[in-house]
Order: sequence, then C-alpha cells, then structure tokens
Amino acid sequence: MSPAILLVLALGLGLAGWLAARARAWTFRRDSANGRIAALPVYHAWYVALWIVVPVLLFVGLWSVIAPQLISQSVLASPAASDLPAFGFQRDAILSEARSVASGSAKAVFNEAANGLVEPYRAAISRYNLIGVLATLIIAFLAGAWAFLRIKPDFTARTRVEKAVMTILLLASLVAILTTLGIVVSLVFETIRFFGMVSPLDFLFGTQWGPDPMSNPNSPDGSRYGAIPLFWGTIYIGAVIAMIVAIPLGLMSAIYLTQYANPTLRKWIKPALEVLAGVPTVVYGYFAALTVAPAIRDAAFAVGITNASSESALAAGLVMGVMIIPFVSSMADDSIAAVPQAMRDGSLAMGATTSETIRKVLVPAALPGIVAGVMLAVSRAIGETMIVVMAAGAAANLTGNPLEAMTTVTFQIVAMLTGEGSFDHPATLSAFALGFVLFMVTLGLNFIALRVVKRFREAYE
Amino acid sequence: MVTVVHPNLEDTNAKMSARDVSVFYGDKKAIDDVSIDIPTKYVTAFIGPSGCGKSTFLRTLNRMNDTIPSARVEGEITLDGEDIYRSKMDVVQLRARVGMVFQKPNPFPKSIYDNVAYGPKIHGLVGSKSEIDEVVEKSLRRAGLWMEVKDRLEDSGTALSGGQQQRLCIARAIAVDPEVILMDEPCSALDPIATAKIEELIDELSGRYAIVIVTHSMQQAARVSQRTAFFHLGKMVEYGRTSDIFTNPLEKRTQDYITGRYG
Amino acid sequence: MSDRLAPTRTAEFEARLKKRYAAERRFKMAGLGAILFSVGVLAFLLVTMGFNGIGGFQRAEMNVPIDFTQAGLSGDPAVLAQPDAVQTLEAQGLPSIVDFYAEQKLGAEGAAHISASAWRLVADRIIDDPAILRGTATFSLPASAKLAAGLNGEGSPEMRALATSLAQQGKLETKLDLGFLERADATDPQQVGIWGALKGSMLTMIVTLLMAFPIGVMAALYLEEYAAKNRWTDLIEVSINNLAAVPSIIFGLLGLAVFLWIFPNMRSAPLIGGMTLALMTMPVIVISGRNAIKAVPPSIRDGALAVGASPVQVVFHHVLPLALPGILTGTIIGMARALGETAPLLMIGMRAFVATPPQDFTSPATVLPVQIFLWSDEIDRGFVERTSAAIIVLLVFLLLMNGLAIYLRNRFEKKW
Repeated sequence: MSPAILLVLALGLGLAGWLAARARAWTFRRDSANGRIAALPVYHAWYVALWIVVPVLLFVGLWSVIAPQLISQSVLASPAASDLPAFGFQRDAILSEARSVASGSAKAVFNEAANGLVEPYRAAISRYNLIGVLATLIIAFLAGAWAFLRIKPDFTARTRVEKAVMTILLLASLVAILTTLGIVVSLVFETIRFFGMVSPLDFLFGTQWGPDPMSNPNSPDGSRYGAIPLFWGTIYIGAVIAMIVAIPLGLMSAIYLTQYANPTLRKWIKPALEVLAGVPTVVYGYFAALTVAPAIRDAAFAVGITNASSESALAAGLVMGVMIIPFVSSMADDSIAAVPQAMRDGSLAMGATTSETIRKVLVPAALPGIVAGVMLAVSRAIGETMIVVMAAGAAANLTGNPLEAMTTVTFQIVAMLTGEGSFDHPATLSAFALGFVLFMVTLGLNFIALRVVKRFREAYE
Repeated sequence: MVTVVHPNLEDTNAKMSARDVSVFYGDKKAIDDVSIDIPTKYVTAFIGPSGCGKSTFLRTLNRMNDTIPSARVEGEITLDGEDIYRSKMDVVQLRARVGMVFQKPNPFPKSIYDNVAYGPKIHGLVGSKSEIDEVVEKSLRRAGLWMEVKDRLEDSGTALSGGQQQRLCIARAIAVDPEVILMDEPCSALDPIATAKIEELIDELSGRYAIVIVTHSMQQAARVSQRTAFFHLGKMVEYGRTSDIFTNPLEKRTQDYITGRYG
Repeated sequence: MSDRLAPTRTAEFEARLKKRYAAERRFKMAGLGAILFSVGVLAFLLVTMGFNGIGGFQRAEMNVPIDFTQAGLSGDPAVLAQPDAVQTLEAQGLPSIVDFYAEQKLGAEGAAHISASAWRLVADRIIDDPAILRGTATFSLPASAKLAAGLNGEGSPEMRALATSLAQQGKLETKLDLGFLERADATDPQQVGIWGALKGSMLTMIVTLLMAFPIGVMAALYLEEYAAKNRWTDLIEVSINNLAAVPSIIFGLLGLAVFLWIFPNMRSAPLIGGMTLALMTMPVIVISGRNAIKAVPPSIRDGALAVGASPVQVVFHHVLPLALPGILTGTIIGMARALGETAPLLMIGMRAFVATPPQDFTSPATVLPVQIFLWSDEIDRGFVERTSAAIIVLLVFLLLMNGLAIYLRNRFEKKW
C-alpha cells in the first residue's frame, strides 16, 4: 500500500513544481523587454517537474524493495521474535501471518505464535512508512528547489527537457534488452545449479523421466532425469501431429482466400480466422480435454483399440493444429502476396489454369516464406503450454502411438514448478533447464525463420 | 570556380551566402562546390534538369538535410554572416528564420487555424488568444487565403483543395515571420489556375522576404524570379539576373537546357 | 499441310483440358473445404461452450419460507449494522432456524440437501433489510451439489429420484444465478462465482497496461524516430522481435526467478502477474506501434521541422497523435492476448484457491483463465457447466476488446 501512496505523493509534488515553475517563467516573460524568453514557460515547468518526479520515483522503487526487508529485520530484532522456530516454513508462515494482520489484509491469526508479533510489525510498518514519506518529501524538495533556482529568463529549458525525454525514450527501448538478458541470466543461472546436481549427459540423453520432488535433494538419481521422452513428446505433438493438421489446412485457406474468394467472403472469413487465433489457449485446452479426447477414445474403442487412454497425444496435437491454422494461414497469405503480380500474369497468359498457376508458380515462388512461416508455427506449437497440460497427460512415454498419453517440455515445467518440491530441489530446478532448452530452440527457429523471410522479401523488391 | 557568374549583378546585400558547398550522401557527391549569394527582397530561382541537385541544395539552406542520416555538408553557408552549420547553431531557430514550402502541400491534419497558429505557439511568439487570432488572420491574408477560409477556420486543413492547401502551407511558413522562404517546386502538384495564384502570391511576398524557389518550369522561373541559377549534375553552372540567363546565357549547357535540348 | 490442326486445337488437347478443369475444381473445393473446416471448428467450439455455459449461469434452488416472528431473532438494527453481524446471527441460531423451516417445507430428505452455507444467504438478506424480521419471507436457497447433479439427470439413482420428486412438487427448480457474476471461488460448484477471478484479471490488466503501454510506445518512438543505425539499435530490434516469439511460459519462469526474488512476499499478487504479462505484451505494442508510426507520412514531419519544431516537438505534437489510433489498436490486441494468458501466471503462483476477491494489487488473486484451468480439473459435474460459463465470460471480454480494436482501426484508418 505504501508505495502507491508514495507514488501519488510524487506525482502531486511534481504537479506542484510544474505549476510553480510555470508561474515563475510567466513572470520572467512579462518582465522581459520583448515578451520573449529562451524557452516557453511550459518547458520550464516540465524541467522542474522532471527534477522532482524522477528522483522521487527512483527512491520509491528502491524503497519498495528494501522497506519490507528493513521491517522484517526490525521485527526479528524485537524480543517477541526470540521464541520463533529457528528456520523453515513454520517460521515464514508465522511471520507472514503476523504481517498480513498488521497491514490489515487479514483479521485474525490462526497460529497463536503470530499474535505476539503483530504489534512489533505494526510499529515497524508505521515507523518505516513515516521514514519513507519524510524521505520522499525531502528528496522532492531538494531536487525541486535546485531546479527551480536554475530557471532564468535565458535558461534553455526546452533543450534540457528534450534531452531528458530522449534519455527516457532510450531507456524504455533498453527494457527489451534487459528482459532478454533477464530471461537468459535467470535460466542459465538455475540451469547451472541443476547441472551441478544432475549430469547434463543424463539430462540430455537419458530416456527415463520421473523426478521425485520428495527424494533427498542431495543425492538425486540421475537416471530419473532423462529428458528424451519429453523432447520426443514435444516434437511429436507440436511438430508432427499439429503440423499435419495446420500446414495443409492453413495453406489451403490462405490460397483460397487470396486467389479464389470474392471480397465479401474475404471480409467475413478473415475476422473469423482472427477470432480463431484470439481464442485463449486455456479454452482450447478445455475443448481438447472435454470434447476431443473422449471422442477420440470412443472412436478408438469403436474400431477395436481397447488400450486408448483418455489423455492422448492425438487430442492435444489435433487441437493445437487447429489453433495454429490462422497463424500458418496469415504467414502463407503474406508470402503469396509478396510474389510479384507479373509472375502470376505470366503464367495465366500462357493459358495455365488458376490452380496450375498456384501450384507451379505461386507456391514455389513463395516457398521460402511459407517454410519460414511453418518454422515460426512449429516454434509456437512446441512452446504452447495449456493445451498439453490439460489434454496430453503426465506420463513420459517414448512411443509412436498417438493414442497414448505423452508429456511435453512445457507440461513438465508446469508440473515441476507447481508441485510440492522446495526451490533447491533438482526436480524443481529441472524446470529451468527444460525452459532453457525450450528458449534456445524457439530462439533458433525464429532467428532462422526471420532471416529466411528477410532474404525472401529482398529477392522480390 | 566552375560557376559562371554574370558580372552585372549589382551589389545587393546578401541575406544568405554559400561558399564552396558540397553535399554527400554516403560516398556519393550530390552537390559539388556551389557558391552563391541570395539577396533579400528578391526571388531567386534554381532551375535545371531533374536530379541536378537543386532541391538538395535548397534543403541545405535550412538544414532539412539533417533528417537524412547519411547526408553530410561541406563548405560554409551563412545567414546574415553567421555560419548555419556551426556547432552552436540552434537548428530550431534557423528553421524559424528560414521557412520552407514543399513540393506536395503538407498541411497538418489539424484545423486551418491550428496549422497557422502552430509555429507562433511553439516559438512563444504569441501569448494571448487575441494575439494568436491576429497572427493567424494576418498570415492567411498575406497568403491570399483569408477570404476563402475565414468562415471555416476550424475545418481540417486537409479538406482544402490542393492550391488552397499550398497557400495554407505558405501562411504557415510566414506566420513565424521568417526572413527567408524556401520553396521546393511549390506548384508541381497543382493545376494551372492554382499555380497562377501561387505565382501571384510569390510576387507579393518578394518585397518582404528573400525567396528561393526551385522549379522545373523555365517559364515559371522567368515569370516570378529576378535571379536564376542553373544547376546541372550537382554543379551550379551559371548564375545571374533572370533576364540575362534567359536571353543571353554565357554557358553552352545553359543555352541547351533553356532551348529545350535536354531536360 | 494447311488442314493439320494446331496442337492446341486437337481432340486430345480438349480432353486434357477437361481433366485440367476438373483438377481446378477439386483444388478450389479443397481450399473452400479448409476454410469451412476452420470456421466449423470455431462454430462447434463456441456452440459447445455456449450450450454447456448456459447451465453455468443457472443453479438448482429450493424455496424456503421462514416465519421470523416465530424465530426469536433480535432484529436490533444497531447490532445488524456491525461488521460482525453475520457472526451475531449465527450465535443467535440462524443456521438451525433455516434448517427447521427447510425441513417443514421440504421434508427431512430435502432439507438435508440444502447447501450447508445457505443460512449465510439468509443472513445477508436480513442485514440488507432488517424489516423482513417482522414477518414471513421466502428464500430461494441453493441445493447441494449432489442434488443439483440429480436434477440434471446425473449422479446416484437415489439422488435422481429425490430431485425428480422435489421438482415435481415444485419445490426444486433451476433458476437464473446472477450471483455467479458476483461471488468468488468456492469448493462447492453451487457456491462458486467468477467475480473474484474477474477482479483479479482487471487488477492484473491495469498493471500490465500501465507498464507495457508507456514503455512500449516510448520504445517504438525511439526506434522509429530517433535511433541511429548502429549495433545497439540492431540489438534492441533483435531482442524485441525475439521476445515477441518467446513462449509465454518462459516469461513465467522469468517472473518466478526475478520478480518473486525481488518481492518474495507477493506470490500470486496481481502486481507480479501484471509485471510478468507486461514484459510479454510490451514487444507486441512496440511492433504494432512502429508500424503505426511508420504509416505517418514523412511530409508531416518535414512540414513541422520547416516551421522550426524540434525533433521532440515533431514527434509529440504531430507523429504521436496521428499514430495513436494504430498504437491503441495494437495495444488492445496485445492486452486481449494477455487477458487470455494462463501459463506464465501458473508459474508465479496465481493458481491458489482464492475465496475472496482481491482487495488490492498486492493481495493474493487469481485470474479468469487460471480460474477456468482450476475448475476444469474438478471432477464434479457442476464444475463443467461453471467452467463453460467462465469461458463465456472470458470470451465476451475478449470479443469486446477485439471489437473495440476493429472499430478503432476502421474509424481512424487513414489513407494518406
């Protein structure tokens, strides 16, 4: 709650500085000989407001991270904390209960031991809140006063404000790099920890998957961390079954829409495909689990296959394929549209039929783009989580039978991180190693695909 | 010196002058060693075949070339004796003093009023609403547009006809009270009637500003300008009084161009 | 020589031509078939969800009249205005009063299948309107999940028989349950509601929007208008393009490893969920924003520069306002994707059972898609309908957002 108040406070102070500086700049302007000063008053206003808001925001950001730690420390130093259990979940649970009562988000404690800590918490929270507000005010006042004293009739406020704006824009664009870096660093860091416990060879080439989050974390059984069945399941569902559905249907949809359909049909079908692409994956997952999987099982029974499981690779793959159709379709649409009209005309002018032109001229010419689109589709399919979580099953089977349950990389990431294991257990950490593999593979696919698309576009420009 | 300058140019005071100006796009030299004095209260026309660099040179005069990342300017261009490419030169102020009108009319998609008021507002030339009203009316009057738009100042500038849009752009340029106005083929997108109006307007404005106009029409140059410079392949071939250039060119290439042998 | 036909006018050619036209028709049909299949699946999916979902907005309820004049509750308005009024009523024996009247009306068998917490509904009504204590009021109380299943023709034969007989006597009926839109999660499908998850989604989306929109727009402006062509810019562009294609679950891992490491006390808080989704949405906004900015004609920039606007003024006075509709369209589409996102939020713990709607950005919450996922795991038949109903709510929101985006696109689409 407290950071939100500080935030509002920061904006309020900024507004005050803005108004004060603008008023001052107007007096400069009135007093100057020709009614002109070096910059419009509004820039003086922004100059002061920026000087107030930016330092305060930096402080608030920092404070919202360190204040909770300071509060916990001061509570732990209080005499009431001396009877707490030394370490572990119980201690954390008691502390967090006391904290939520003290901050008003809970009414009463379940655990009696937390009762004594409520008061120290309440005192520490109000003390550090006060410190936070005071520090905010002091920082805002000092920075604002400094900026306010600098504004003069000949002060080039516009140039300064614009420099600040440019810096802020640059910083905003660096967030993308920071995010990428954050992903890589956090995945690599946890993966290295995992490989410290389980050999990378066991992980990458083992064929048995069955981590036990309750086992002794210090002596993990490397033979239970073989990820080959997961890789196989991922590829089988995402790159084989789903693509068998998505490529022909997506490609043919795109061809029909771009080459045959009249504008009215196009106007209605395109949004429908967009809706299909916009349906959340959890809905597809539910559809797969509730409707498609039982239908497949019943169909299998009907033709005499009795060991079909109710969670099957086929159900997940089919629904995933449907989900990918609009994606393949729009990529193919773009690629075909990029082929110069002259090529099509050339073929038609020789008397080729439309379908001959499409099959012999347009599709071959657009092939690099289509292949790149398929690669992007594959990378999307293997990263898809909810459909496999809800429909593919947990069993790590290394099989080619689409009617059996199979598990995937994404499924196991979810399973390992939402399970009971502690954060230091190799079973939990294996999720990050799997995530790292997934990240690298999708990155590679995208990188190649984007290069292919770029070269393909250049070829026709 | 490659340029032939007619000797009979009386010594008018130069508003802008270029000395040995070359412009590069990457490694390509687009303008080669151009020197010229642009007098105030005259219209100077740049003529030449397309691709000869006349527009490029025009855009160096208010540093619009800065917007092209690979462009580089060598030599010296001065405005009232001050080098406009010196590092301390404020480009914003320069462009307020050296206005520009473009080939295709480019009014902002805002109201007619806001189009004209924009420049004075950002430069802080006006304070109260009544001052802005005054500047808008004055500028539109000078651009010969006031009678046509005074009842619909809140309409979008893009709703006007092409010729009106171009006059609005001229009004927009003169609203900040510039000293020089650069016009880059201002009539090339307009019909003959609209063109005639713009030419009339240029004539009226010439008593007040230094005007530089780039045109591909020799007739237009002959009609509106007092000075003409002929550009060819990035070089300024010949510069002199318009009447002299058209009746008595000293250079063979100028003569060939004027008589329509190429272009 | 002259009577020899040209090869394109022979009978063989015409026979081949016939075949070629047949192939042409087959090809065209295949294309149409592909489209009809896609549209058909979409229609089937929507119909299935709609059909199941209608049941989710209803529930089996029983009418119980209670004569409060005989009940002996003290209807002191001052007491009922206290925040602990529910506990007071419980202490005064309201649950057994409800049971008593239920038994009178429905018989012992029927009363046993009033939902266990039904008296709370009565308590809420009393607190809202203490005047009803002066007379007899009729309450429509939810049946137990088992009885509700029986009414749907499922569950044990006894239940089905009981449900049928109660229904025939007009004591048990299926009623529209608008409370579904007002309640939060519960263990009993008869008691669940979607408001808790909906509020969680809204709080999360607010955080996402507040973070992703400004950062995304600023990054797009920087890259499109100011960035010099150099390695840094290339690196930023490559990062953004790749982030747009990174599987969403990876963002969940990032949120887990980074955000929950910085804010360890905020597991399953909308703040953390919103931040995680913001990182995912930001690239979408940047990419669509850049396209919108690119579409603003350069002549506008030239015009502004020529009257002496600075590069920052050009962008903020002219380019940004003109590009804004396009940017907003992309933002809404990105937000719609974030609203439907499940996997990354599972990673940061937004899968807990949250029975009260979240109070603020830091209290534990769940969101619509996660709620759907959690309910889909429940075995109870009642949850199937509730899940479909929740999906309808989610799809309605997505449809509204996409509709708004399409409207913006059509309304402000400009041909320059």
